[in-house]
Amino acid sequence: MARIAAAILAASLAAAPLADAGEKRAGRVALPVVKITKGGDCVAPTDEMRRNHMEMLLHQRDRTMRQGLREKRFSLKNCVECHASRDTGSVLGKEGFCSSCHAYASVKIDCFECHTPMRQVPTAGAPR
Amino acid sequence: MKPERRRFLGWTAAAAAAATLGPGLRLVELALARSPEEAASTLQRWGLLIDTASCSDCDACVTACHEENGVRGHNRPLTDAQWIRKVSLRDRRTGFAQTLPLMCQHCEHPPCVDVCPTGASFRRADGIVLVDKHTCIGCRYCVMACPFGARSFVHEPVSGQKPDVPRGKGTVESCTLCVHRVDRGETPACVEACNRDGGAAMVFGDLNDAAGELHRRLRTAPSTQLRADLALNTGVRYQGL
Ligand code: HEC
Ligand code: HEC
Ligand code: HEC
Repeated sequence: MARIAAAILAASLAAAPLADAGEKRAGRVALPVVKITKGGDCVAPTDEMRRNHMEMLLHQRDRTMRQGLREKRFSLKNCVECHASRDTGSVLGKEGFCSSCHAYASVKIDCFECHTPMRQVPTAGAPR
Repeated sequence: MKPERRRFLGWTAAAAAAATLGPGLRLVELALARSPEEAASTLQRWGLLIDTASCSDCDACVTACHEENGVRGHNRPLTDAQWIRKVSLRDRRTGFAQTLPLMCQHCEHPPCVDVCPTGASFRRADGIVLVDKHTCIGCRYCVMACPFGARSFVHEPVSGQKPDVPRGKGTVESCTLCVHRVDRGETPACVEACNRDGGAAMVFGDLNDAAGELHRRLRTAPSTQLRADLALNTGVRYQGL
């Protein structure tokens, strides 16, 4: 299921800029707002991130929790530092990076019941 | 890296520190710091020593712990989470009164781990007893099993968590020995605060490290484990009890 949902989503995101189809769909259902405020690259290629970010996070979670391995790359804290919105400082909210795409794909995660969705380092001066 | 090699590197680092700082002074951080890519190892066993004779009538450790871990209550003492508390003891016959901090004792044979139905309660290789909140179902068997009353259940939604210390409703929690700090090579917040604002009654260290301060203190004076009758081999030891 997860794979299919992610694949469909990746396909629809890729198709979104292709004028017509995207516009029509946007009329019926709000497309995800994937706003990237911080420049540079993600921790893996974008298509891989779209499909597999959940596995990366769950894998890293167990490494850190159980073995005390605290590599930065796939750490949830690290995602939030990069992906929190410039305006709200959060990855949640209406246009939040994690929440808007999940709302579109009808995914519900509980991670931010415990983990703070707020970026710690202020964004001032970050490239647009 | 092989254990032998790691231990050797540890010794050389310690030796180098001792050489530059002179006798009696050691760069503890040098010996403790572990890289983020290195897993917690059974070569170490983290522990605490609490000297009740130096424990002053303050709660610097409690305040510092709850600040560090973002543990805030709702003014409901019966249900608010509590990671560490001050306990007062009084000998009824002599009137001698003592006070000491009590928290998770980081047992070698932890009853909380024995009773956990999901494996969420676990003991990390380096002796730190933790709750994996990702698998905790909030059954609270561990709260019942702990002879020290060290665990709390989070009854209400939490907000404003510290990035290093995620907390949320419906899971059990307790002292983590500030695992996020220890993994950076720092000491737990309670120990730091006690040395700064309290009676300097707490020592943190590796129970396996024969060259460390904790080992030296335990070697040179008698100490006790709470509820030694249960043979849990606690990682937290007390002196002056
Ligand atoms: C490009 C859209 C998109 C973005 C952006 C996105 N996600 Fe996802 N996420 C998905 C999709 C699609 C799934 C898979 C749905 C499924 O498993 O059925 C998913 C699933 C997950 C899951 C697994 C959920 C489960 O129950 O198995 C986690 C955890 C997760 N995402 C975390 C995050 C975090 C954290 C962020 C922000 C840093 C984020 N995601 C950003 C689309 C996205
Ligand atoms: C009930 C609370 C709780 C929930 C819900 C929760 N976590 Fe965690 N998480 C924790 C705790 C506690 C830690 C350990 C923090 C530490 O020791 O640094 C942690 C650590 C992690 C880590 C390693 C530290 C980091 O920032 O990289 C990852 C990754 C992680 N969690 C991912 C997730 C994901 C993904 C979800 C949602 C599917 C999730 N967590 C839901 C409590 C929670
Ligand atoms: C160094 C900053 C940085 C970090 C850390 C980071 N990202 Fe990214 N992420 C980006 C950038 C920049 C992009 C856009 C790349 C592009 O232009 O294709 C992106 C893209 C993504 C996408 C695809 C969005 C889309 O266009 O559909 C997902 C999903 C994603 N990131 C999730 C995560 C998750 C989950 C983590 C944590 C494991 C993470 N990111 C960590 C910078 C980061």
